[in-house]
Amino acid sequence: MRASSLGLFRPGHSPLHRLRPGTKLLILLVLGAASVVTQHWWWAVAILILGSMLAYRVAGWGVRLWWLQLRPLWMLLAFTAVVHALTSGWQRSVADTGTIVVLVACAALVTLTTPTTALVDTVVRLAAPLSRFGLDPERVGLFLMVGIRCVPLVAGLAQQVREAQIARRATTSTRAFVVPLVVRSLREADALGEALVARGIDD
Amino acid sequence: MRIELERVSHTFGDGPTPRTVLRDVTLTLTERRIGVIGHNGSGKSTFLRLLNALIVPTSGRVLVDGLDTARDARELRRRIGFLFTDPDAQIIMPTVSEDIAFGLRRSGLSHEQVDARVRDLLVRFGLDAHAGHPAHLLSGGQKQLLALAAVLITEPLALVMDEPTTLLDLRNAAMIGRVVADLDQTVILATHHLDLLAGFDRVLVFHEGRVVADAAPAAAIASYRDLMDGER
Ligand SMILES: Nc1ncnc2c1ncn2[C@@H]1O[C@H](COP(=O)(O)OP(=O)(O)OP(=O)(O)O)[C@@H](O)[C@H]1O
Ligand SMILES: [Mg+2]
Repeated sequence: MRASSLGLFRPGHSPLHRLRPGTKLLILLVLGAASVVTQHWWWAVAILILGSMLAYRVAGWGVRLWWLQLRPLWMLLAFTAVVHALTSGWQRSVADTGTIVVLVACAALVTLTTPTTALVDTVVRLAAPLSRFGLDPERVGLFLMVGIRCVPLVAGLAQQVREAQIARRATTSTRAFVVPLVVRSLREADALGEALVARGIDD
Repeated sequence: MRIELERVSHTFGDGPTPRTVLRDVTLTLTERRIGVIGHNGSGKSTFLRLLNALIVPTSGRVLVDGLDTARDARELRRRIGFLFTDPDAQIIMPTVSEDIAFGLRRSGLSHEQVDARVRDLLVRFGLDAHAGHPAHLLSGGQKQLLALAAVLITEPLALVMDEPTTLLDLRNAAMIGRVVADLDQTVILATHHLDLLAGFDRVLVFHEGRVVADAAPAAAIASYRDLMDGER
Protein backbone atom coordinates (compact mmCIF):
# COMPACT_ATOMS: atom_id res chain seq x y z
CA MET A 1 0.00 0.00 0.00
CA ARG A 2 1.23 3.49 -0.86
CA ALA A 3 1.30 5.95 2.00
CA SER A 4 -0.97 8.21 -0.02
CA SER A 5 -3.92 5.91 0.58
CA LEU A 6 -3.40 5.81 4.33
CA GLY A 7 -6.69 5.81 6.21
CA LEU A 8 -8.68 6.57 3.07
CA PHE A 9 -12.17 5.16 2.73
CA ARG A 10 -12.38 1.62 1.35
CA PRO A 11 -15.82 0.57 0.17
CA GLY A 12 -17.39 -2.50 1.75
CA HIS A 13 -20.57 -3.96 3.20
CA SER A 14 -19.47 -4.86 6.72
CA PRO A 15 -21.50 -3.94 9.80
CA LEU A 16 -18.90 -1.23 10.46
CA HIS A 17 -19.50 0.25 7.01
CA ARG A 18 -23.23 0.30 7.67
CA LEU A 19 -22.98 1.94 11.08
CA ARG A 20 -23.95 5.62 10.97
CA PRO A 21 -20.96 7.98 10.88
CA GLY A 22 -22.25 9.80 13.95
CA THR A 23 -22.33 6.54 15.91
CA LYS A 24 -18.78 5.72 14.91
CA LEU A 25 -17.57 9.13 15.97
CA LEU A 26 -19.38 8.72 19.27
CA ILE A 27 -17.72 5.34 19.87
CA LEU A 28 -14.37 6.91 19.10
CA LEU A 29 -15.09 9.70 21.56
CA VAL A 30 -16.12 7.23 24.27
CA LEU A 31 -12.99 5.21 23.61
CA GLY A 32 -10.88 8.33 23.97
CA ALA A 33 -12.53 9.18 27.27
CA ALA A 34 -12.29 5.58 28.50
CA SER A 35 -8.59 5.43 27.73
CA VAL A 36 -7.99 7.91 30.53
CA VAL A 37 -9.16 5.17 32.89
CA THR A 38 -7.96 2.06 31.11
CA GLN A 39 -4.39 3.23 30.81
CA HIS A 40 -3.95 2.40 34.48
CA TRP A 41 -4.23 -1.31 33.71
CA TRP A 42 -1.93 -2.80 31.11
CA TRP A 43 -4.17 -5.82 30.62
CA ALA A 44 -7.17 -3.65 29.87
CA VAL A 45 -5.16 -1.89 27.17
CA ALA A 46 -3.96 -5.26 25.84
CA ILE A 47 -7.60 -6.33 25.53
CA LEU A 48 -8.42 -3.12 23.69
CA ILE A 49 -5.53 -3.73 21.28
CA LEU A 50 -6.88 -7.19 20.52
CA GLY A 51 -10.34 -5.66 20.21
CA SER A 52 -9.12 -3.11 17.68
CA MET A 53 -7.53 -5.89 15.61
CA LEU A 54 -10.80 -7.79 15.79
CA ALA A 55 -12.66 -4.69 14.59
CA TYR A 56 -10.51 -4.68 11.45
CA ARG A 57 -11.54 -8.29 10.87
CA VAL A 58 -15.20 -7.36 11.34
CA ALA A 59 -14.74 -4.61 8.74
CA GLY A 60 -13.56 -7.30 6.33
CA TRP A 61 -9.81 -6.76 6.56
CA GLY A 62 -6.92 -8.32 8.40
CA VAL A 63 -4.27 -7.40 10.91
CA ARG A 64 -2.07 -6.32 8.01
CA LEU A 65 -4.20 -3.25 7.31
CA TRP A 66 -4.30 -2.58 11.06
CA TRP A 67 -0.51 -2.53 11.11
CA LEU A 68 -0.28 -0.41 7.97
CA GLN A 69 -2.18 2.37 9.74
CA LEU A 70 0.33 2.30 12.59
CA ARG A 71 3.50 1.81 10.60
CA PRO A 72 4.15 5.51 9.94
CA LEU A 73 4.20 5.96 13.73
CA TRP A 74 6.40 3.02 14.57
CA MET A 75 9.41 5.13 15.53
CA LEU A 76 7.33 7.22 17.89
CA LEU A 77 5.73 4.10 19.33
CA ALA A 78 9.05 2.35 19.83
CA PHE A 79 10.47 5.45 21.48
CA THR A 80 7.51 5.79 23.86
CA ALA A 81 7.65 2.10 24.68
CA VAL A 82 11.36 2.12 25.47
CA VAL A 83 11.29 5.31 27.52
CA HIS A 84 8.37 4.09 29.60
CA ALA A 85 9.86 0.64 30.01
CA LEU A 86 13.10 2.12 31.33
CA THR A 87 11.55 4.78 33.57
CA SER A 88 8.32 3.26 34.83
CA GLY A 89 8.31 -0.44 34.09
CA TRP A 90 6.92 -2.62 31.34
CA GLN A 91 3.30 -2.47 32.54
CA ARG A 92 3.25 1.27 32.15
CA SER A 93 5.00 0.92 28.82
CA VAL A 94 2.36 -1.46 27.47
CA ALA A 95 -0.46 0.71 28.82
CA ASP A 96 0.75 4.04 27.46
CA THR A 97 2.05 2.86 24.10
CA GLY A 98 -0.95 0.58 23.71
CA THR A 99 -3.35 3.44 24.29
CA ILE A 100 -1.84 5.37 21.38
CA VAL A 101 -2.03 2.22 19.25
CA VAL A 102 -5.70 1.67 20.05
CA LEU A 103 -6.75 5.26 19.41
CA VAL A 104 -4.82 5.62 16.15
CA ALA A 105 -6.04 2.26 14.85
CA CYS A 106 -9.65 3.05 15.72
CA ALA A 107 -9.57 6.58 14.32
CA ALA A 108 -8.16 5.15 11.09
CA LEU A 109 -10.88 2.50 11.11
CA VAL A 110 -13.54 5.22 11.20
CA THR A 111 -12.10 6.96 8.14
CA LEU A 112 -11.51 3.61 6.42
CA THR A 113 -15.15 2.60 6.76
CA THR A 114 -16.84 5.97 6.20
CA PRO A 115 -16.95 7.94 2.94
CA THR A 116 -15.27 11.27 3.58
CA THR A 117 -18.26 13.26 2.37
CA ALA A 118 -20.53 11.45 4.84
CA LEU A 119 -18.05 12.05 7.65
CA VAL A 120 -17.71 15.73 6.85
CA ASP A 121 -21.49 16.15 6.52
CA THR A 122 -21.95 14.50 9.92
CA VAL A 123 -19.42 16.77 11.56
CA VAL A 124 -20.99 19.82 9.93
CA ARG A 125 -24.35 18.71 11.35
CA LEU A 126 -22.94 18.00 14.80
CA ALA A 127 -21.16 21.36 14.77
CA ALA A 128 -24.36 23.26 13.93
CA PRO A 129 -24.90 24.46 17.52
CA LEU A 130 -21.48 26.11 17.38
CA SER A 131 -22.84 28.68 14.95
CA ARG A 132 -24.30 30.40 18.02
CA PHE A 133 -20.73 31.17 19.04
CA GLY A 134 -19.90 32.58 15.64
CA LEU A 135 -18.24 29.40 14.37
CA ASP A 136 -19.12 28.35 10.85
CA PRO A 137 -20.03 24.62 10.98
CA GLU A 138 -19.12 24.18 7.32
CA ARG A 139 -15.69 25.49 8.14
CA VAL A 140 -15.33 23.06 11.05
CA GLY A 141 -16.14 20.23 8.64
CA LEU A 142 -13.71 21.58 6.09
CA PHE A 143 -11.03 21.78 8.73
CA LEU A 144 -11.57 18.13 9.58
CA MET A 145 -11.48 17.20 5.93
CA VAL A 146 -8.25 19.01 5.33
CA GLY A 147 -6.91 17.16 8.37
CA ILE A 148 -7.91 13.82 6.89
CA ARG A 149 -6.39 14.87 3.57
CA CYS A 150 -3.12 15.84 5.22
CA VAL A 151 -2.39 12.54 6.97
CA PRO A 152 -1.70 10.57 3.78
CA LEU A 153 -0.11 13.65 2.22
CA VAL A 154 2.46 14.03 4.98
CA ALA A 155 2.98 10.27 5.22
CA GLY A 156 3.65 10.19 1.48
CA LEU A 157 6.10 13.08 1.76
CA ALA A 158 7.90 11.36 4.62
CA GLN A 159 8.34 8.33 2.39
CA GLN A 160 9.68 10.47 -0.47
CA VAL A 161 12.13 12.34 1.75
CA ARG A 162 13.30 9.02 3.18
CA GLU A 163 13.85 7.62 -0.32
CA ALA A 164 15.70 10.75 -1.45
CA GLN A 165 17.96 10.35 1.59
CA ILE A 166 18.67 6.74 0.82
CA ALA A 167 19.33 7.57 -2.84
CA ARG A 168 21.87 10.20 -1.84
CA ARG A 169 23.34 8.03 0.90
CA ALA A 170 22.64 10.85 3.31
CA THR A 171 23.14 10.35 7.02
CA THR A 172 20.29 9.04 9.10
CA SER A 173 20.28 12.19 11.22
CA THR A 174 16.88 13.38 12.37
CA ARG A 175 17.56 16.89 11.14
CA ALA A 176 18.30 15.74 7.62
CA PHE A 177 14.89 14.13 7.70
CA VAL A 178 12.78 16.67 9.56
CA VAL A 179 13.93 19.82 7.76
CA PRO A 180 13.06 18.73 4.20
CA LEU A 181 9.87 17.13 5.47
CA VAL A 182 8.69 20.33 7.14
CA VAL A 183 9.66 22.46 4.14
CA ARG A 184 7.86 20.19 1.73
CA SER A 185 4.82 19.86 4.00
CA LEU A 186 4.52 23.63 4.18
CA ARG A 187 4.81 23.90 0.42
CA GLU A 188 2.12 21.24 -0.05
CA ALA A 189 -0.08 22.99 2.51
CA ASP A 190 0.36 26.20 0.54
CA ALA A 191 -0.64 24.49 -2.70
CA LEU A 192 -3.61 22.82 -1.03
CA GLY A 193 -4.73 26.14 0.44
CA GLU A 194 -4.48 27.81 -2.94
CA ALA A 195 -6.43 24.98 -4.57
CA LEU A 196 -9.17 25.35 -1.94
CA VAL A 197 -9.43 29.07 -2.60
CA ALA A 198 -9.37 28.59 -6.37
CA ARG A 199 -12.20 26.09 -6.07
CA GLY A 200 -14.36 28.63 -4.33
CA ILE A 201 -13.92 27.42 -0.76
CA ASP A 202 -12.84 30.79 0.52
CA ASP A 203 -9.99 30.85 3.00
CA MET B 1 -15.22 37.76 -21.26
CA ARG B 2 -13.16 40.92 -21.08
CA ILE B 3 -10.00 41.02 -18.98
CA GLU B 4 -8.16 44.28 -18.53
CA LEU B 5 -4.84 44.91 -16.85
CA GLU B 6 -4.12 48.56 -16.21
CA ARG B 7 -0.46 49.32 -15.51
CA VAL B 8 -0.07 46.24 -13.36
CA SER B 9 3.13 45.66 -11.43
CA HIS B 10 3.77 43.02 -8.83
CA THR B 11 6.52 42.75 -6.28
CA PHE B 12 6.97 39.82 -3.91
CA GLY B 13 8.28 40.53 -0.43
CA ASP B 14 8.84 43.94 1.10
CA GLY B 15 11.92 43.02 3.13
CA PRO B 16 15.53 43.68 2.20
CA THR B 17 15.21 41.72 -1.06
CA PRO B 18 11.91 42.57 -2.77
CA ARG B 19 11.46 40.96 -6.15
CA THR B 20 9.57 42.68 -8.92
CA VAL B 21 8.02 39.98 -11.05
CA LEU B 22 5.63 41.96 -13.25
CA ARG B 23 6.45 45.42 -14.55
CA ASP B 24 3.83 47.83 -15.81
CA VAL B 25 1.73 45.38 -17.80
CA THR B 26 -1.24 46.86 -19.67
CA LEU B 27 -3.44 44.50 -21.67
CA THR B 28 -6.99 43.96 -22.84
CA LEU B 29 -7.92 40.34 -23.46
CA THR B 30 -11.14 39.37 -25.18
CA GLU B 31 -10.12 36.37 -27.31
CA ARG B 32 -11.38 32.86 -26.58
CA ARG B 33 -7.96 31.18 -26.60
CA ILE B 34 -5.00 33.00 -25.15
CA GLY B 35 -1.57 31.44 -24.69
CA VAL B 36 1.17 32.59 -22.34
CA ILE B 37 4.79 31.60 -22.89
CA GLY B 38 8.20 32.67 -21.60
CA HIS B 39 11.24 31.43 -19.72
CA ASN B 40 11.13 29.97 -16.22
CA GLY B 41 10.62 32.83 -13.81
CA SER B 42 9.42 35.28 -16.46
CA GLY B 43 6.19 35.93 -14.56
CA LYS B 44 3.66 33.67 -16.29
CA SER B 45 2.28 32.04 -13.13
CA THR B 46 2.16 35.36 -11.34
CA PHE B 47 0.17 36.84 -14.23
CA LEU B 48 -2.29 33.92 -14.17
CA ARG B 49 -2.74 34.10 -10.39
CA LEU B 50 -3.65 37.76 -10.75
CA LEU B 51 -6.53 36.88 -13.07
CA ASN B 52 -8.08 34.59 -10.48
CA ALA B 53 -7.45 36.97 -7.58
CA LEU B 54 -5.14 34.44 -5.94
CA ILE B 55 -2.85 37.45 -5.66
CA VAL B 56 -3.62 41.14 -5.86
CA PRO B 57 -1.21 43.39 -7.78
CA THR B 58 1.00 45.68 -5.72
CA SER B 59 0.09 48.46 -8.16
CA GLY B 60 -2.36 48.86 -11.00
CA ARG B 61 -5.72 47.15 -11.47
CA VAL B 62 -6.99 43.89 -12.89
CA LEU B 63 -10.58 44.01 -14.15
CA VAL B 64 -12.60 41.01 -15.24
CA ASP B 65 -15.86 42.00 -16.90
CA GLY B 66 -15.57 45.19 -14.94
CA LEU B 67 -15.01 43.46 -11.59
CA ASP B 68 -11.87 44.52 -9.75
CA THR B 69 -9.85 41.53 -8.49
CA ALA B 70 -8.89 43.49 -5.41
CA ARG B 71 -12.52 43.90 -4.35
CA ASP B 72 -14.65 41.22 -5.92
CA ALA B 73 -12.43 38.15 -5.51
CA ARG B 74 -15.24 35.82 -4.53
CA GLU B 75 -17.56 36.66 -7.41
CA LEU B 76 -14.64 36.62 -9.77
CA ARG B 77 -13.51 33.13 -8.83
CA ARG B 78 -17.02 31.93 -9.55
CA ARG B 79 -16.50 33.10 -13.13
CA ILE B 80 -12.92 31.96 -13.60
CA GLY B 81 -11.68 28.47 -12.77
CA PHE B 82 -8.02 27.66 -12.20
CA LEU B 83 -6.20 24.52 -13.24
CA PHE B 84 -2.78 24.00 -11.65
CA THR B 85 0.22 22.09 -12.96
CA ASP B 86 0.19 19.37 -10.36
CA PRO B 87 -3.13 17.54 -10.23
CA ASP B 88 -2.16 15.94 -6.92
CA ALA B 89 -2.14 19.33 -5.26
CA GLN B 90 -5.70 20.10 -6.37
CA ILE B 91 -7.36 16.81 -5.60
CA ILE B 92 -9.00 17.35 -2.26
CA MET B 93 -11.46 14.53 -1.70
CA PRO B 94 -10.44 10.87 -1.58
CA THR B 95 -12.65 9.49 -4.34
CA VAL B 96 -13.12 10.66 -7.91
CA SER B 97 -16.81 11.55 -7.73
CA GLU B 98 -16.52 13.14 -4.29
CA ASP B 99 -13.73 15.33 -5.55
CA ILE B 100 -15.73 16.50 -8.56
CA ALA B 101 -18.71 17.25 -6.32
CA PHE B 102 -16.60 19.14 -3.80
CA GLY B 103 -16.83 22.54 -5.51
CA LEU B 104 -20.62 22.50 -5.12
CA ARG B 105 -20.63 21.95 -1.36
CA ARG B 106 -21.93 25.40 -0.62
CA SER B 107 -23.80 25.92 -3.87
CA GLY B 108 -27.22 25.21 -2.41
CA LEU B 109 -27.96 22.70 -5.17
CA SER B 110 -29.79 19.52 -4.20
CA HIS B 111 -28.06 16.15 -3.98
CA GLU B 112 -29.78 15.06 -7.20
CA GLN B 113 -28.65 18.14 -9.09
CA VAL B 114 -25.07 17.71 -7.87
CA ASP B 115 -25.10 14.01 -8.77
CA ALA B 116 -26.44 14.74 -12.24
CA ARG B 117 -23.69 17.26 -12.93
CA VAL B 118 -21.03 14.91 -11.57
CA ARG B 119 -22.31 12.08 -13.77
CA ASP B 120 -22.27 14.30 -16.87
CA LEU B 121 -18.66 15.25 -16.29
CA LEU B 122 -17.60 11.68 -15.48
CA VAL B 123 -19.04 10.50 -18.78
CA ARG B 124 -17.71 13.43 -20.74
CA PHE B 125 -14.15 12.79 -19.52
CA GLY B 126 -14.36 9.00 -19.66
CA LEU B 127 -13.96 8.70 -15.90
CA ASP B 128 -17.30 7.02 -15.23
CA ALA B 129 -15.68 3.65 -14.61
CA HIS B 130 -13.61 5.25 -11.84
CA ALA B 131 -16.38 7.18 -10.07
CA GLY B 132 -15.95 5.47 -6.70
CA HIS B 133 -12.22 4.84 -6.96
CA PRO B 134 -9.59 6.57 -4.86
CA ALA B 135 -8.48 9.62 -6.84
CA HIS B 136 -4.79 9.02 -6.18
CA LEU B 137 -4.90 5.70 -8.04
CA LEU B 138 -5.69 7.40 -11.38
CA SER B 139 -2.97 7.89 -13.98
CA GLY B 140 -1.41 11.34 -14.32
CA GLY B 141 -3.54 12.18 -17.35
CA GLN B 142 -6.72 10.99 -15.65
CA LYS B 143 -5.84 13.02 -12.55
CA GLN B 144 -5.52 16.15 -14.65
CA LEU B 145 -8.88 15.33 -16.29
CA LEU B 146 -10.34 14.91 -12.81
CA ALA B 147 -8.90 18.25 -11.73
CA LEU B 148 -10.42 19.85 -14.84
CA ALA B 149 -13.80 18.21 -14.18
CA ALA B 150 -13.65 19.45 -10.60
CA VAL B 151 -13.19 22.99 -11.87
CA LEU B 152 -15.83 22.73 -14.59
CA ILE B 153 -18.53 21.54 -12.19
CA THR B 154 -19.06 25.09 -10.96
CA GLU B 155 -19.63 26.16 -14.58
CA PRO B 156 -17.07 28.96 -14.84
CA LEU B 157 -17.08 31.26 -17.86
CA ALA B 158 -13.33 31.11 -18.26
CA LEU B 159 -10.48 28.83 -17.28
CA VAL B 160 -6.97 29.81 -16.35
CA MET B 161 -4.47 26.97 -16.72
CA ASP B 162 -0.90 27.01 -15.49
CA GLU B 163 1.13 24.46 -17.43
CA PRO B 164 -1.58 21.78 -17.23
CA THR B 165 0.48 19.29 -19.27
CA THR B 166 3.97 19.78 -17.86
CA LEU B 167 3.85 16.69 -15.65
CA LEU B 168 2.22 14.48 -18.28
CA ASP B 169 3.67 12.19 -20.92
CA LEU B 170 3.26 13.12 -24.59
CA ARG B 171 0.13 11.06 -25.10
CA ASN B 172 -1.65 12.50 -22.08
CA ALA B 173 -0.45 16.01 -22.90
CA ALA B 174 -1.97 15.68 -26.37
CA MET B 175 -5.17 14.30 -24.85
CA ILE B 176 -5.48 17.26 -22.46
CA GLY B 177 -4.73 19.55 -25.40
CA ARG B 178 -7.70 18.12 -27.31
CA VAL B 179 -9.98 18.42 -24.29
CA VAL B 180 -8.95 22.04 -23.84
CA ALA B 181 -9.54 22.77 -27.53
CA ASP B 182 -13.11 21.48 -27.18
CA LEU B 183 -14.04 23.59 -24.15
CA ASP B 184 -16.75 26.20 -24.64
CA GLN B 185 -15.10 28.46 -22.09
CA THR B 186 -12.53 31.17 -22.63
CA VAL B 187 -9.11 29.65 -21.91
CA ILE B 188 -5.94 31.41 -20.80
CA LEU B 189 -3.13 28.90 -20.74
CA ALA B 190 0.55 29.11 -19.86
CA THR B 191 2.73 26.34 -21.20
CA HIS B 192 6.15 25.19 -22.33
CA HIS B 193 4.46 22.74 -24.72
CA LEU B 194 4.31 25.11 -27.67
CA ASP B 195 2.31 22.75 -29.87
CA LEU B 196 -0.65 23.16 -27.50
CA LEU B 197 -1.00 26.68 -28.84
CA ALA B 198 -1.93 25.70 -32.38
CA GLY B 199 -5.31 27.21 -33.10
CA PHE B 200 -5.05 29.79 -30.31
CA ASP B 201 -6.21 33.30 -31.08
CA ARG B 202 -3.45 35.17 -29.34
CA VAL B 203 -0.18 34.39 -27.56
CA LEU B 204 1.64 36.59 -25.05
CA VAL B 205 5.38 36.24 -24.55
CA PHE B 206 6.62 37.21 -21.10
CA HIS B 207 10.19 38.18 -20.43
CA GLU B 208 11.46 39.48 -17.11
CA GLY B 209 7.99 40.57 -16.09
CA ARG B 210 7.04 42.37 -19.30
CA VAL B 211 4.99 41.34 -22.30
CA VAL B 212 7.60 41.48 -25.06
CA ALA B 213 5.47 39.99 -27.83
CA ASP B 214 1.74 39.76 -28.33
CA ALA B 215 0.66 38.14 -31.57
CA ALA B 216 -0.82 35.11 -33.30
CA PRO B 217 0.81 31.82 -32.22
CA ALA B 218 3.32 31.48 -35.08
CA ALA B 219 4.61 35.03 -34.78
CA ALA B 220 4.71 34.93 -30.98
CA ILE B 221 6.59 31.63 -30.91
CA ALA B 222 9.05 33.01 -33.46
CA SER B 223 9.82 36.00 -31.27
CA TYR B 224 10.14 33.71 -28.24
CA ARG B 225 12.77 31.74 -30.20
CA ASP B 226 14.53 34.96 -31.20
CA LEU B 227 14.63 35.94 -27.57
CA MET B 228 16.41 32.70 -26.77
CA ASP B 229 18.86 33.08 -29.66
CA GLY B 230 19.58 36.65 -28.67
CA GLU B 231 20.74 35.45 -25.25
CA ARG B 232 23.25 32.99 -26.64
N1 LIG C 1 5.26 33.70 -3.54
C1 LIG C 1 6.42 34.17 -4.03
N2 LIG C 1 7.29 34.82 -3.23
C2 LIG C 1 8.45 35.31 -3.73
N3 LIG C 1 8.85 35.18 -5.00
C3 LIG C 1 8.04 34.55 -5.83
C4 LIG C 1 6.78 34.01 -5.40
N4 LIG C 1 6.19 33.42 -6.45
C5 LIG C 1 7.01 33.59 -7.49
N5 LIG C 1 8.14 34.26 -7.13
C6 LIG C 1 9.24 34.66 -8.02
O1 LIG C 1 8.71 35.40 -9.08
C7 LIG C 1 9.38 35.11 -10.29
C8 LIG C 1 8.37 34.76 -11.36
O2 LIG C 1 7.69 33.60 -10.98
P1 LIG C 1 6.55 32.93 -11.83
O3 LIG C 1 6.14 31.74 -11.05
O4 LIG C 1 5.52 33.92 -12.16
O5 LIG C 1 7.35 32.50 -13.14
P2 LIG C 1 6.89 31.54 -14.31
O6 LIG C 1 7.02 32.34 -15.56
O7 LIG C 1 5.59 30.94 -14.01
O8 LIG C 1 8.02 30.44 -14.31
P3 LIG C 1 7.93 28.88 -14.61
O9 LIG C 1 8.02 28.71 -16.09
O10 LIG C 1 9.13 28.34 -13.94
O11 LIG C 1 6.66 28.37 -14.03
C9 LIG C 1 10.33 33.97 -9.98
O12 LIG C 1 11.62 34.49 -9.92
C10 LIG C 1 9.90 33.47 -8.65
O13 LIG C 1 11.00 33.03 -7.90
MG1 LIG D 1 4.97 29.02 -13.54
